[in-house]
Amino acid sequence: MADKLEFFVEELKKKNASWVQDVRVGHGETTVVVGRDDVLAVCVFLRDEHKFDMLADLCGGDLGPEEEPRFFVNYHLFSTTHHSRLRVKVLLSEDDPKVASVTPVWKTANWHERETYDFFGIIFDGHPDLRRILLPSDFDGFALRKDYPLRGYEPYSLN
Amino acid sequence: MMETVTENSPAAESVVDNALESEMTLSMGPQHPSTHGVLRLDLRLDGELVLKAVPDIGYLHTGMEKLFEYKKYQQGIVITDRMDYLNPLGNNLAYVMAAEKLLDLEIPERAQVIRVLFCELQRIASHMVWLGTHGLDLGAMSPFFFCFRQREKILNLIEAASGGRMTPSYFRIGGLMMDLPAGFTERCKQFLDDFPEAMETFDTLLTGNTIWHSRTKGIGIISREDAISWGLTGPCLRGSGVDLDLRRDNPYTGYETYDFDVPVEHDCDVWARYMVRIRECYESAKIVRQALERLKPGPIKANAPKIVLPDRDDMRKHMDSLIHHFLIVAEGFNVPPGEVYHAIEASKGELGVYMKSNGGPKPERVHFRGPSFVNLSALPDMVKGEMVADVVAVIGSLDIVLGEIDR
Repeated sequence: MADKLEFFVEELKKKNASWVQDVRVGHGETTVVVGRDDVLAVCVFLRDEHKFDMLADLCGGDLGPEEEPRFFVNYHLFSTTHHSRLRVKVLLSEDDPKVASVTPVWKTANWHERETYDFFGIIFDGHPDLRRILLPSDFDGFALRKDYPLRGYEPYSLN
Repeated sequence: MMETVTENSPAAESVVDNALESEMTLSMGPQHPSTHGVLRLDLRLDGELVLKAVPDIGYLHTGMEKLFEYKKYQQGIVITDRMDYLNPLGNNLAYVMAAEKLLDLEIPERAQVIRVLFCELQRIASHMVWLGTHGLDLGAMSPFFFCFRQREKILNLIEAASGGRMTPSYFRIGGLMMDLPAGFTERCKQFLDDFPEAMETFDTLLTGNTIWHSRTKGIGIISREDAISWGLTGPCLRGSGVDLDLRRDNPYTGYETYDFDVPVEHDCDVWARYMVRIRECYESAKIVRQALERLKPGPIKANAPKIVLPDRDDMRKHMDSLIHHFLIVAEGFNVPPGEVYHAIEASKGELGVYMKSNGGPKPERVHFRGPSFVNLSALPDMVKGEMVADVVAVIGSLDIVLGEIDR
């Protein structure tokens, strides 16, 4: 399994060495850290050339306000033919948490990106309908950021 | 006084034009019984025809992913019960396996077999609720009662082992809460012996029913390519002709050693998804039977005293067990830094857990990729151009649970 994943990383490097910023291997999984401007190209390449035809999951995360870059977005790719999983990771700074949307590559990214925007305030450029999805549209702040308190700032009212 | 409108007058024309161009917006839910919880749909209708559907979710949002970050690893298990409340043991399994992957724990054989056994029982129970409510949505009242009778038997089995019916929290990090009770195997065998007969009832009531055929065949079509692009998993994907089952293709807890088939249908419609689930019930029963045969006496907890709670008996006799118990409960255990994504085949599709640890007793980030969430996102594509009544059929065929979608 690990050899197979290594192969995809090598292929990525062969195609464009500047895409791959870092490779992390652990617990039988491989993470490829790519620059935020390259996400779309990497995803299209992996989907078209290496049969990663399904985006199993997309999720964001916050490392805390003191970290730089503060946010990350994970793309968990999966293939319905060779059943490998590969994680593509993008790191984003707090000042400009923006990354290209992958909705043109996989339709399923639509709701995942809305959820990530809803919780972390990460903007997905080119998303057709970037609205809050789980929290109410008038919710203030981004609830899953580390500096957002568990119980919110004040009793939230539906009015 | 009524104004008479002759056929060729301008007034008649405008009336006719308006009738044809009148689109209306219908808000369906969130309390509509056939939306399976608190799903709301904004439907743009032209007469009975659906032009556009926009799901509105979040009514059941409880901030679980935030809560995980404030709870110790072992405390998170009880939160997972409440996500997909029809498949709590599947959620438990995905969560504990992600943590075990981070901890590099070796799970004893008996615990693995019991996990498989309960996951498959739970899958049948989940499919029974789906079948009952799906039938009810489309006007078939009686299957509901037969389905819930079967589910009740499974819930009794789960209750016997864990003490909980809907929220068992039976799987723990490193093994199980406790061993099976005496006489469990016989009770389980009794259920398996009676089960095929119950399935035949459903076949009589629905599978061979002409009304059922006309309500399900050719409805809610999603092509193979679209299904993959929308990220559909589980029975919804297999109903669109994609032969994918994580139990076979990304095996975990020893599923690779069991003998079972993966049902695939190629019609891409509500009927196909129905048939996949019906056939899956038989396969799950097959796996449960194999698991029962494999049950050998042995430990049910991993040998990791600093992570797994000791038995009560040990605590009374050994001081170190008492200390470990105190430390685990009071301070938790540290998990080495790292990140994992673990996916299992839950009853509704791929249930994935992304877990990131920063070395402390509480996770830094836990994200659940719920199959219902992803499957529902494809709904607008499926119902476009269908009738309003068919929207209900399509929602039923997706088998969504709002607890998991909203989290």
